[in-house]
Amino acid sequence: MDTPKQHIVVIGGGPAGIVAAAQLAKTHRVTLLEKNDKLCNNITNKFKLFPNFADADETAAELIATTKNENITVNTSAEVTKINRADNKWEVTTDKDTITADAVVIATGYDIFDAHRKEELGYGIYPGIITSLELEQMMKSGNVVTRFGDKPRRITFLQCVGSRDAKIGNHYCSKLCCVTAVKQAIELRKISPETEVFLFYMDLRMWGQGFEELYRQSQEEHNVHFVRGRISEAASTYDGRIQIKAEDTLIGQPLKMNTDFLVLMVGMEPSCGTKNLSQQCNISGDYGFAASKTPHLLDQTTEQPGIFLAGSCKRPYTLSDTINDAYAAAAATERYLNEKA
Amino acid sequence: MTTQFHPFVLPFTIGAAILFCTIIYKFTRWIQTLDRKQYHTAKRTFMTSDIFPALWKMIKDIFKESLLHIKVSKINRRLGYMHRSIAFGWFLLIVVGLIETIIHFGFRGHAPWTGVFYRFFVYGNNNIVQQVFATIMDLLLLYVLSGVTMAFIKSHRPKTVGMRKTTVLRWSDRLLRYALWSIFPLRLLSETMTATLHNNGGIITQTLGNLIPLQVAELLEVPLWSLYSIALCIFFVFMPYSRFMHIFTEPLLIFLKSFGVKESKQPTGFTKTELSACSRCGICIDVCPLNNELNINNIQAVYLLRGLRHGLAYRYAATNCLLCGRCVEACPVGIDIDAIRLQARNKKRIDLRNNYTYIKERPFNAVGRVAFFGGCMSHLTPNIQESMKKIFQAVGQDYWIMDEERTICCGRPLEQQGFSNQAAELRRKNTAMIIESHATMLITSCPICYRSFTQEYHLPIKVMHHTEYIAMLIEKGLLSPEMSDLRIAYHDPCELGRGCGIYDEPRQVLSTVGTLTNVPLQRENSLCCGCNLGNTRLQSTQQLKVRDTTLNNLNTDHPDLIATACPMCKKAFQQSTTQRVADVAELVAQQIKNIES
Repeated sequence: MDTPKQHIVVIGGGPAGIVAAAQLAKTHRVTLLEKNDKLCNNITNKFKLFPNFADADETAAELIATTKNENITVNTSAEVTKINRADNKWEVTTDKDTITADAVVIATGYDIFDAHRKEELGYGIYPGIITSLELEQMMKSGNVVTRFGDKPRRITFLQCVGSRDAKIGNHYCSKLCCVTAVKQAIELRKISPETEVFLFYMDLRMWGQGFEELYRQSQEEHNVHFVRGRISEAASTYDGRIQIKAEDTLIGQPLKMNTDFLVLMVGMEPSCGTKNLSQQCNISGDYGFAASKTPHLLDQTTEQPGIFLAGSCKRPYTLSDTINDAYAAAAATERYLNEKA
Repeated sequence: MTTQFHPFVLPFTIGAAILFCTIIYKFTRWIQTLDRKQYHTAKRTFMTSDIFPALWKMIKDIFKESLLHIKVSKINRRLGYMHRSIAFGWFLLIVVGLIETIIHFGFRGHAPWTGVFYRFFVYGNNNIVQQVFATIMDLLLLYVLSGVTMAFIKSHRPKTVGMRKTTVLRWSDRLLRYALWSIFPLRLLSETMTATLHNNGGIITQTLGNLIPLQVAELLEVPLWSLYSIALCIFFVFMPYSRFMHIFTEPLLIFLKSFGVKESKQPTGFTKTELSACSRCGICIDVCPLNNELNINNIQAVYLLRGLRHGLAYRYAATNCLLCGRCVEACPVGIDIDAIRLQARNKKRIDLRNNYTYIKERPFNAVGRVAFFGGCMSHLTPNIQESMKKIFQAVGQDYWIMDEERTICCGRPLEQQGFSNQAAELRRKNTAMIIESHATMLITSCPICYRSFTQEYHLPIKVMHHTEYIAMLIEKGLLSPEMSDLRIAYHDPCELGRGCGIYDEPRQVLSTVGTLTNVPLQRENSLCCGCNLGNTRLQSTQQLKVRDTTLNNLNTDHPDLIATACPMCKKAFQQSTTQRVADVAELVAQQIKNIES
């Protein structure tokens, strides 16, 4: 251990930031910056995690525990406003102070798509139209009831809200909404077996390990109804429920359906931080995500020497992907620091 | 010298005779093939006292547009000068030439061609009158020649006359253009030669003539006059089949329009008149968003009209258009391009009427004083409908939201795509529903529906666009939204602005809730959001390109948000991630604070 301790700033206190920080802290000094007041917000706002229904809070706690290390300084409520190059170091300015770093890992992650932008789906106009995240929190609080206090008779999911949508300009697939919806549908049926669950999709992309099994299970054991077709519009009915209009493209019929909740499976978009920082560092890629040098061999490196990328600031990632990517980002950073020293 | 004949006058005389016969034949055909409605409109004007204002307007318009080209000048001064100098200059050459001939020969003493070749025949008596006329004619010729020179430059470098693009011409048009251009230099040269020989030139021709040796003039005089005559002949004989037919057709078009004739759904003699009245000046190319943003430059009005007139392929040009109406607004001749485009899209033969049997004409259970028709696009923008409800409630208006029952499309999108039978079927069903509801007024928040209801339906009740309605409420003091410090850029929807002439009401309403910012291209000149239903050919990326230019135009003055009065435009702008956009009704509803019930 003769390499001198160097200072690394990791921006973003989600799973990617935490894993990268913990990994780098084995040999270096790390400052972990998080704009919110606590770490792992995008995990703790979930109830259970796919595909194994692991408890979200416990998983987050385990991750956060790895930051208890003398080499790691965690600064919460610190939003980065500027990144400047200074000689061969980087100056990272937050709303509080300026930190000089030998290398920077950007792990600023994603935000969910703002469902207001799909006005025809009535989000924010009619009560009962919610995002997948709001459903997750409802289930977490154990309080899945309509605004009249009843158990919902029917809940309808709509896939691909803000993803794979040329009209909104997001052509990419957010990758994890399909399996999330299936997971949520199963949970709902477990919590409230008398609730009918319908799920509208374009096609279901059950690509990961255990996903297809979950999909099968949802139909065989939990009687979730899948309808291929997109919902074109949603509005309120006289009795305060939601009426949707859609087309079942397998039988080629238009249909109307009343439901208590319409759950919009909102896709992933680059977070504000991701957009700002990648723009400032000139590494802005498609749709405002940060761009790595090459997608295969240099996926954690950027055009800016000393700036590395980890996790879903690059593209939609699942939690498992994110954690793996963070290890890779830490390794790339380590390699860079060794070469520099 | 008073001989008035030389063999070289023959080409001119024959050409002119052919031209006039052709024109009389064509005009008669066109007027005969007006449809019944057009014919009756014209007849009504003709038979009543409306005839005098109509005639006066006609004379005024012919003078202003066919000769002086005022509209072209307004769009582009240099282009206006070019057209004016050729048209008005040539007109004066003919008129002054005729006066000169009459003074010399009397009314009956001259041959039809004498005025055209006057200098060749008349010389020897160099009195002051003669000299004055010679000089006037010289100056007029110079005036025309300046226009011809500009036309020549324009054909090679359109930018020098202030146009970005000029029309790409067919070979026949090009040939005839050279014939036209050669007429005036040839006349100058011929007169110069005669001036050398007989000293009867004006200030220019005589000065030039004095420089030419006598032998040269003797050798060239008759050949040059002959060439001049032949150039005229070529121009006259082929003119009715070229774009230059507009010279005579434009006055006919102005005549018909002054008598109230309008475009029908089917092509008629009026359509043929309009097709021939297009001078292919290319102004429609410069204002077209498809040309400006997407570099699609083979579908503009000039090419569509040409295709229709000469039986060339026109389907692509007919369908690839946003129907935004910018070219209609800019057309100096005032051709109803959009109507002609819709005729060209006609798919009347495809009978899909059976498709609409599923729409039951059933009685409605809700009856209100005011019926609100949001239309298909408002289904996709529910905020507008909710805002209208709030406004209705705030003023205690009885209302009935038609869309909450089973409503159908107003029919205009079908009409725009040429399915006029089908559109008529939808209009019939909607009319029945509206009448049955006993509503006293129909309000729509969609300019597409509004245009259809006001221009294609014949409803017995008043139809208002929601911005008109809100403006009326505010004016009457029934509604007083609170002022905010929002800075708002208003976007004129094509269908509402150029389509229906509603520019002021939305602005009046908006100025009660915020401050309007300056938008460079607005009102008649506003740009299209790119998503107009008129075009089903554009890719979404192409639509967005058109939209982005429009957004840049709106954002010139850095407004807090963009307001519009069309759900279609709203959706188009909404797709841009960074843009805050709202309907006029939403902004008003937001600013109604003191409502309880």
